[in-house]
Amino acid sequence: MSPQVKQCAEPVEPKERKLGPSQWWKFMRSPWFALGLLSLLLVFPLLAPLWDLGFYVSVVRRIFIVGLAASSLNLLLGYGGLVALGHSAFVGLGAYVVAVCGAEGLFNAALTWPLAILICALTATLIGAISVRTRGVYFIMITLAFAQMIYYVCISLRQYGGDDGITMLRPSELPGLNLANDTSFYYFALAIVVVFLFLSDRLVQSRFGRALQGVRENSERMQALGYPVFAIKLFTFVLASTIAGLAGILLANQNLFVSPMMMHWTESASLIIMVLVGGVGARFGGMVGAAVILLFEEFLRLYTDYWHIPLGLLLLLVVLWAPRGLTGMWRRT
Amino acid sequence: MIRSTFLPAPTPKLEGPSLQKVAVRSPILQTHALVKSYGALRACDGVGLNVLEGEIHALIGPNGAGKSTLINLLSGLIQPDAGQIWLDGVDVTNTDMRGRVRAGLSRSFQTTNVFSQLSVLDNLLLAVQAREGSSFRFWRRRDKDPALLLHARTLAECCRLPEALWNEQAGLLPHGTQRQLEFALALAAQPQVLLLDEPMAGMGPDESANMTALINSLRGKLTIVLVEHDMEAVFSLADRISVLVYGRLVATDTPEKIAQHTVVRQAYLGDESALMVSGDVTARGKSC
Repeated sequence: MSPQVKQCAEPVEPKERKLGPSQWWKFMRSPWFALGLLSLLLVFPLLAPLWDLGFYVSVVRRIFIVGLAASSLNLLLGYGGLVALGHSAFVGLGAYVVAVCGAEGLFNAALTWPLAILICALTATLIGAISVRTRGVYFIMITLAFAQMIYYVCISLRQYGGDDGITMLRPSELPGLNLANDTSFYYFALAIVVVFLFLSDRLVQSRFGRALQGVRENSERMQALGYPVFAIKLFTFVLASTIAGLAGILLANQNLFVSPMMMHWTESASLIIMVLVGGVGARFGGMVGAAVILLFEEFLRLYTDYWHIPLGLLLLLVVLWAPRGLTGMWRRT
Repeated sequence: MIRSTFLPAPTPKLEGPSLQKVAVRSPILQTHALVKSYGALRACDGVGLNVLEGEIHALIGPNGAGKSTLINLLSGLIQPDAGQIWLDGVDVTNTDMRGRVRAGLSRSFQTTNVFSQLSVLDNLLLAVQAREGSSFRFWRRRDKDPALLLHARTLAECCRLPEALWNEQAGLLPHGTQRQLEFALALAAQPQVLLLDEPMAGMGPDESANMTALINSLRGKLTIVLVEHDMEAVFSLADRISVLVYGRLVATDTPEKIAQHTVVRQAYLGDESALMVSGDVTARGKSC
């Protein structure tokens, strides 16, 4: 390798944002901030009972799980440019498989979880093979249509509660891990989120991730360059949907209850809103969005039933003043 | 006088190895009775094009003659209603755009079609990545792949994109540079046949001269099909010229002969009614 090549191997140096209190954002960009936040999350379940905040262990765990679903949507929406309005159907599907297995007396996670993931992957392949051929509004509508189909199928499952859903007697049984224990489940969910964020970060920077971003930018040109555009989109769709299914599995264990409402299109819309608030195509966009929206909901509910109104205001503020999402305020361009 | 406006006298060829000396040249890109209609409009009407290996083959014709349609048909962006396309002896009529790129046929676009949100380097890397093995790799960082960077660098040098521009966002570059990048993206596939759809569109005289030199530097290395309105560029670059009028191929010949051609001159002088009616003129044109 010539020295010239080494020289051009330097990463593209992005321009510094000129606006904003740059020192503060600089700190938030640094790895210290991420590490600090992670250690805070690690000690939280140990300290929470001391301040009588034990209840919030479950709240934060819920943020991890919903954040996982939102992050998987961000892969599709942020990096692939595919606005899927049916993502919660896969969350619901993963949850339903685990719950239905539970209703049949099968709690072994080594069986039910791979089964749920397999079913999600297969369904996503079928739906994706049809829907990723379309783009823009058509893609939004077709994913919505398929999601509604899954929603109504679950409503029609009379033997499994129909509209009312299924209550799980106990969580899935993992070897060496008791999900009924709040703290163990918390660390388990945190571990899954951290692993997912790390892997998805690698994916985004890999050859596949770069090709995916090329498809988002200009799919006609990608085709003219000789890329298998359809296969790239389909793979991303299946991957994102399967991870949503994993989030669903965790959510079923979190709530010990599943219902068709999990798959309602408003849930898909709220996942999209989380991604928008957190930052479309941002590493932590899904997590931050989920955290902000769920915490907002949690605290506003203490004071008013009309918590959607301030949430709408927040969304308006984000769209007007932070169009790249909240993480976009400290992320480099 | 009018001739000098529309069809300049053939200028001497720019420097570069001329392929006209090669004794036998086999056809590399052929079409037979290619038809594409949009409603009642036949944008491509029985075109039988014959592009020889290694030549620069220009496609000219008045606005709406079907040049872009033909390029779109050749590249696989649209499907013909009838007829065949052969690339290097293989029937590629039903091959999609990706398949044709892999078979060695690559194109540029008339309206600049680069990744405008990405940096120049990212554009180049995406282009060379398409050729270099599978894109279904998920672990290693693409931006640090030495082989890709080396190829991107070679491509940039080949297309005269200075290193100072590499980190600039492609969409913010001057038009001429974006056209150069567009050209680089098409060239990245290392095609046997390169389809250039108006590479000089919207360029100033300087930029146009640069692009002409750039295309000329590829002479003999690959086959080029050039659609262009800039007659000066066409007549200085082309080994042979095909003329399209109302979707029909009316003539294919050397620049010298085309400049003298009656039908061509009629077409460019606006006497198109004669062309439409007189079938024998078109027939004669086709036989060229």
